[in-house]
Amino acid sequence: MAELEVSGITFAYEETPVLEDVTLALHEHELVSILGASGCGKTTLFHIISGLHKPQQGKVSLNGKDITGCPGQVSYMMQKDLLLPYRTIEDNVSLPLLLKGEKKKEARKKVSPYFEEFGLEGTQKKYPRQLSGGMRQRAALLRTYMFSKDVALLDEPFSALDTLTKSEMHRWYLDVMDKIHLSTLFITHDIDEAILLSDRIYLLTGKPGRVTEEIVIEEPRPRKREFNLTEEFLEYKRRILERL
Amino acid sequence: MKRKSPSITSKLLPAAAVLLLLALWQTASTAGLVPGFLLPSPVEVAKAFAEDFPLLMDNAWVTLLEAFIGLAAGILIGFVTAVLMDCFTWLYSAVYPLIVLTQTVPTVAIAPLLVLWFGYEMLPKVILIVIVTFFPITVSLLDGFRAADQDTISLLRSMGASRAQIFRYVKFPGALSSFFASLRISVSYAVVGAVISEWLGGFNGLGVYMTRVKKAFSFDKMFAVIFLISAISLLLMWGVNLLQRISMPWEEEHR
Ligand SMILES: Nc1ncnc2c1ncn2[C@@H]1O[C@H](COP(=O)(O)OP(=O)(O)OP(=O)(O)O)[C@@H](O)[C@H]1O
Ligand SMILES: [Mg+2]
Repeated sequence: MAELEVSGITFAYEETPVLEDVTLALHEHELVSILGASGCGKTTLFHIISGLHKPQQGKVSLNGKDITGCPGQVSYMMQKDLLLPYRTIEDNVSLPLLLKGEKKKEARKKVSPYFEEFGLEGTQKKYPRQLSGGMRQRAALLRTYMFSKDVALLDEPFSALDTLTKSEMHRWYLDVMDKIHLSTLFITHDIDEAILLSDRIYLLTGKPGRVTEEIVIEEPRPRKREFNLTEEFLEYKRRILERL
Repeated sequence: MKRKSPSITSKLLPAAAVLLLLALWQTASTAGLVPGFLLPSPVEVAKAFAEDFPLLMDNAWVTLLEAFIGLAAGILIGFVTAVLMDCFTWLYSAVYPLIVLTQTVPTVAIAPLLVLWFGYEMLPKVILIVIVTFFPITVSLLDGFRAADQDTISLLRSMGASRAQIFRYVKFPGALSSFFASLRISVSYAVVGAVISEWLGGFNGLGVYMTRVKKAFSFDKMFAVIFLISAISLLLMWGVNLLQRISMPWEEEHR
């Protein structure tokens, strides 16, 4: 059964059409990426799936339930880490639980076991500005994960990082994914990143943006480190470049 | 945390300047360059201060109490107004010009009116202080609320946060630093406001003491009370700084 289904989404900001008839699905434990050029409406699509925007046409449903225009159903990590500068990392990460009405103490207790998994040990009492970019990103990911353990929307989570940190984060992310079984919809405009991480890739192109292609990456998990140097990888890349 | 040498010199320099000024003043007085009855020497001022110390403290207590009550009321009213104006845009457009208008009314001009309307007790003083402190507090809070990052607000909305939660977790903490900046101004406004309204009518307080010693031409006591008032203002500002450091620990590291 599909966990998240997005069907026939059409959206315009006032007079500018941004998305046209976008349909896609995310199944359980899948990592699916949406690949598209800057400005083709990827973030807008996530705003719609998360319920922040209402589409002019189309429907978003989660496990069969219509959630179009209802915020608070799926985890959403935005393009910037958006950690609150005046809260410690543990209190930032606890935020989704606090918003659901949990007590501060209990929320802290619930988040603390994940700090190790997310490579954030010892940062509990620190403030965001004291962390490196990679760590902030991990903290934002953990916060996203604390909101809901079903479906996460990640908007270019690694794009602000330098190449080295980025590939380190990719490896780490694949590891964590194997452990926590999150279903993830992932925005990127980095083709390598999309092939490396995803089970499937949707190409979003044009103005207004449409899904023009769905590519399945057959490589099994866990993927070996050298996957991005193999012939198959290049073949996928060639195929995507042709279509964009 | 780590105080470096530049900040030490930056503290020593003004202290040295003040000492130098006092020394100059003292020599000018002892040398007879200025007549003693017009400008008493620092030593005479200190003597007057010691002599009247209990009386000064009694009066200072009254003035401080007025300032505190007025300031507390000003903060409370300012906070409520800012929150309401942030919630309702129409209220913002309607009330903002009015608030600016209240600031163009000269304080010294309305103070006598307040005395006529509300008598010689504490009430007119508190009202005057509310009028002078309310504006900076409201405006700074409002600016702070409005400057909240829209993306952060969207993020909280995506987590299903209510407006009250968005206020509590994003807008309020974000407005704290501009609030404290205005509070620093407001404490000295409050003290000066209290003194001015005591001049115009009252039974005790530093302002009343001031009018009394002025009538007696006790210039030494006059200076003593002036110094006391600015010392009180300084002390209060320092208190605000302390409060800010305690309530905004995240700012500490990069100071
Ligand atoms: N609030 C808004 N009001 C009007 N137009 C907007 C708004 N937000 C985005 N747009 C426009 O909609 C289009 C899609 O924007 P969107 O942010 O979804 O693109 P994106 O694919 O996420 O781009 P990027 O890769 O740069 O993040 C852009 O042309 C943008 O100018
Ligand atoms: Mg975007």
